[in-house]
Amino acid sequence: MAELKTVGRPARKKDAMNLLLGKPAFVSDVTPADCLVVKVLRSPHAHALIRSIDTALAMKVPGMAAVYTYKDVPQNRYTNAGQTYPEPSPHDRLILDQRVRFVGDAVAILAGETEQAVNKALKLVKVDYEVLTPVLDPHTAKDNPVLVHPEDDWEALCPVGADNKRNLVASETTADGDVEAVLADCDLVIDHVWHTKPCQQAMMETFRTYTEIDPFGRLHVVSSTQIVFHVRRILAIALGIPKSKIHVEKPRIGGGFGAKQTSVSEIYPAFVTWKTGRAARMVYTRQECQTAGSPRHEMEVRVRLGANQDGKIRALDVYTLSNSGAYSEHGPTTVGLSGHKSIPLYTGGLEAFRFAYDVVYTNVQAAGAYRGYGATQGLFAVESAVNELALKLDMDPVALREKNMVREGMTMPAYYNEVANACALDRCLARCRELFDWDARYPVRDMGNGKVRAAGVAMAMQGSGISGVDVGSATLKLSDDGFYNLSIGAADMGTGCDTILAQMVAECMDCDLDNVAVSGADSDTSPYDSGSYASSTTYVTGKAVEQACEKLKAQLCALAAEALGCQPEELEFTGRAVRRLDGSAEISLADLATRSMCFNTTAVQATATHSSPVSPPPYMVGMAEIELDKETGSVTVLDYKAVVDCGTPINPNLARVQTEGGIVQGIGMALFEDVHYTPEGKILEDSLMQYKIPTRLDMGHLQVEFEASYEPTGPFGAKSIGEIVINTPAPAIAHAVARASGVWVRELPITPEKVLMGMLAQRRD
Amino acid sequence: MLTFKQYVRAQSLDEACDLCQKRSNLVLGGMLWLKMEDRAVNTVIDLSDLGLGTIEPVEGGWRIGAMATLRDLELHPGLAALTGGAMAESVRHIVGVQFRNLATVGGSLYGRFGFSDVLTLFLALGAVVHLHKGGDVPLEEYVTRPYERDILTHVFLPDQPGRTAYLAQRNISTDFPVLTCAVALRPEGVRCAIGARPMKASLLTDEAGLLSGGVTPESAAAFAEFAAGRMTFGSNLRASAEYRREICKVLVRRALLACKEDV
Amino acid sequence: MELQLTLNGRPVRASIEPDTLLIDFVRAHGCPSVKRGCETSNCGLCTVLLDGKPVLSCSVLAARAAGHSVQTLEGLQAEAEEFVGFIADQGAEQCGFCNPGYVMNTIALLRENPDPSDDEIRAYLAGNLCRCSGYEGQLRGIRAFLNAKKAKEASTNG
Repeated sequence: MAELKTVGRPARKKDAMNLLLGKPAFVSDVTPADCLVVKVLRSPHAHALIRSIDTALAMKVPGMAAVYTYKDVPQNRYTNAGQTYPEPSPHDRLILDQRVRFVGDAVAILAGETEQAVNKALKLVKVDYEVLTPVLDPHTAKDNPVLVHPEDDWEALCPVGADNKRNLVASETTADGDVEAVLADCDLVIDHVWHTKPCQQAMMETFRTYTEIDPFGRLHVVSSTQIVFHVRRILAIALGIPKSKIHVEKPRIGGGFGAKQTSVSEIYPAFVTWKTGRAARMVYTRQECQTAGSPRHEMEVRVRLGANQDGKIRALDVYTLSNSGAYSEHGPTTVGLSGHKSIPLYTGGLEAFRFAYDVVYTNVQAAGAYRGYGATQGLFAVESAVNELALKLDMDPVALREKNMVREGMTMPAYYNEVANACALDRCLARCRELFDWDARYPVRDMGNGKVRAAGVAMAMQGSGISGVDVGSATLKLSDDGFYNLSIGAADMGTGCDTILAQMVAECMDCDLDNVAVSGADSDTSPYDSGSYASSTTYVTGKAVEQACEKLKAQLCALAAEALGCQPEELEFTGRAVRRLDGSAEISLADLATRSMCFNTTAVQATATHSSPVSPPPYMVGMAEIELDKETGSVTVLDYKAVVDCGTPINPNLARVQTEGGIVQGIGMALFEDVHYTPEGKILEDSLMQYKIPTRLDMGHLQVEFEASYEPTGPFGAKSIGEIVINTPAPAIAHAVARASGVWVRELPITPEKVLMGMLAQRRD
Repeated sequence: MLTFKQYVRAQSLDEACDLCQKRSNLVLGGMLWLKMEDRAVNTVIDLSDLGLGTIEPVEGGWRIGAMATLRDLELHPGLAALTGGAMAESVRHIVGVQFRNLATVGGSLYGRFGFSDVLTLFLALGAVVHLHKGGDVPLEEYVTRPYERDILTHVFLPDQPGRTAYLAQRNISTDFPVLTCAVALRPEGVRCAIGARPMKASLLTDEAGLLSGGVTPESAAAFAEFAAGRMTFGSNLRASAEYRREICKVLVRRALLACKEDV
Repeated sequence: MELQLTLNGRPVRASIEPDTLLIDFVRAHGCPSVKRGCETSNCGLCTVLLDGKPVLSCSVLAARAAGHSVQTLEGLQAEAEEFVGFIADQGAEQCGFCNPGYVMNTIALLRENPDPSDDEIRAYLAGNLCRCSGYEGQLRGIRAFLNAKKAKEASTNG
């Protein structure tokens, strides 16, 4: 392959300077302030029926335009999950329901001229609740006599093992080989349960949506979303109106990390606008984001790992209990990754595996999609089990992994029998070991003053898009003077996909990156794209971009053939021109563009749509060094090194920052980010004052490198990067803490108290 | 959110004091905590125009205006010298520079918050608050008083010989502390304040004479045990009472030894 | 009530509700760079300079700023442009929502301390949360700017 000019280069993000200089870019900046302010009255109870609701007093507040209750909304159940139709997530919600299912569930929608008016009115809606017993413990949710969704019109569109009469969102068992027999034959079995919390994405821009009726009488939605096409469908189903009546677009997005793969805020202003005809806007408070958002699924993962004394890992038995909360959003799909993205890492010598799960409804905030999407939870468990095995065997955990890991060319039975076509996991591990100086830093070192230093390691994998489901498309057209317009339906949420897809165009069309203008994610004008989630954009949409470029080149040759009076086969595209192969004539791109706009019948606009039957995993190794204060239990991350195989990094800068950002989120999950409920089911960490995400003082030093592999089905050999990066910190840090303290903390976050009290308990034993 | 109908920038302390007699009126400090209260009041009273933002040397110590910010405390060389750096250490973990540029000394002390770093250190330092009507009140007495309708105008920090150390335990930087500990070693004995238990800071002295033979690793540990036994602790989101009691022993011992090392 | 202050060097007069917060006032007066990320004074997104000092505009009454000077990123474009390109060269702007607050506080830092160490940078910017970048790229960008500035100074002096 010829040397790449733009792909593989650290180009600046196309919107970088404008963002850094604070130019208007986000929903609240670019939509008119002169519109109705929409807010939602939220339930103070985890489970209740609304006996009566009186809005008269609230409507008397000057400036109030509307107050809606469950009596006013269409009776179509739907799901907010941004997934390809028919969604695996059962249709279980109404815009407003007589039954409220968690503290924070929507009770009424209020719209008024000013925020003050709506705030005042919120306090004047009188609701009489029949308070019901809530289901708060996921362990007792299945087959609990109390049902979260007793309604008869609840509907599962896909066979995911869901049953609302059992509080089940999903349930399944998959296996290969006789796991019980192999476990019985192993020299030792590690058997523990690991518990992760419903961590919040905590993107800096909360959920927000602006809606208006456009000049054609259609509902125009401007929203901070990763999924414009799914939002169109979700709103149409919820409102009971034709999809043709809805137009969804996104401006710049202030972070998503999966949160905005669920249609959290859109329906409320959309309903107000559809009913009143007036423009409306809803901006979630941080408190709403924390309590009525779409966080990670809380999971308990039991791992039984069987191995021989020589370190051969022979069997993995994984059972996951996932807490979906009050609604099904992403419940049936996240859970699968807890096994399917963890077990295959040990394909090496694995003789048998079993993976089973239950996903349950409870009366807490519904979970959704968060970077890593279940893989994060499963990998914390499986990687920790492997580290516990290493300790039991007194074997170097790196050596143990070398012995068992998946390698290029292997078929992965636990990963839908996909073949690891591009897998540099072994090189990632070797390079990380060298970069980190593992052999010197793995031994626990006493620093004096009660401080010790220790290290931990973890591996990870993810997917690249959802195989056989995700669709990516790109439209490329030639414009004046020979520049290109690239139109995509994928959503750049700050990650830089607008830029990296443009880099692919620049590479294919042999032009300058500045010569490619990108417009993103508009349900009216973009070609169809499932949306930016499941690590799909680079891999799936990127391939569509590549294909669109090839199509456009053919069109340009056809147009040039007319101009030059020859056959297209006699021509080649050179980037700046199309010329005859014999060099006798050429026409510049600028002239072609001009010609295309006058008496022309040859299209110079190409759309390509791509979908992949496979989802090639990226791989990663992370190593953490921590310092433990043995007297207080405080853990300080000193250093985190990671080596990633994302195939070909299209833009190494953006890939690096993705990785660093994911690692810091992972550190947050490992050490700080906690969720507690009151006995009544109310979340206590309802602000950034109580839900503590890492500051720049809490992450130590990061260093990231890439070990390239070449994925034959990806654009330029690329796989994904966006999600895998969050997966290694929790198990690697838990490992380091165990090395330093002797305590395996199996419930996140690893707080100083858990470490110290664990050490004191051990000393007593 | 705090809402109100009227904003008054008081032009005299008497005016401010008169206004604050009404239950429906409020004196503003930095407004960082007040603004989070879901509360509607009539009038808020701003002391910004009253020249209370200074930190000045006075006979026997330093006089700090109620409107001086935590950032002022952090950067003040005189207070750094007075406390051997403990002043900056006590505030530098509080949220961020932009927050500390707003949060005021007066607000921190008037609030008598259970999480307060400032209260803990000032208690150990033997601070005296000055109330416009109520006059001088030692901080250790002031912390136990109910919220008064008076204006805290200044706080006095005595310049006494000896050493000071400040230590706090946090689960994550810039968060509320899980426990705070300030120790001032004075010729007349130790003043040890422990806060964030999670209740407002309390002061402890060496009643048992555990340190009468000087601060040694052994005597420091003995005093730390005594302190942990004497204090009451509670549980909240950040830690349990049991954990706080454990680390109280550690922080007190380390703070005492840090004072010694400084000598 | 009537309010008079200087916003980005220009006198502004307006009639406001007494409990208007500075963030809402400046956003309504042509400064949409100022962002709200929380209600609890924790995120730093709303940082503005009040008489040159960085403060959280979500926690300052507009009324309190009467008679004072308020600066937002809209008014400090040239000063920001000196260094933000170095952050762009790292890709560390990411979603951009935290950028104005972080850039404003970096301006304040560099005015106070033109040659900060990495630890001084981390400490000064600790109150600026970012969920995308992992912070390391932001630090690399500022470091690159400082190095470039030093190299330039060395060459002009030498």
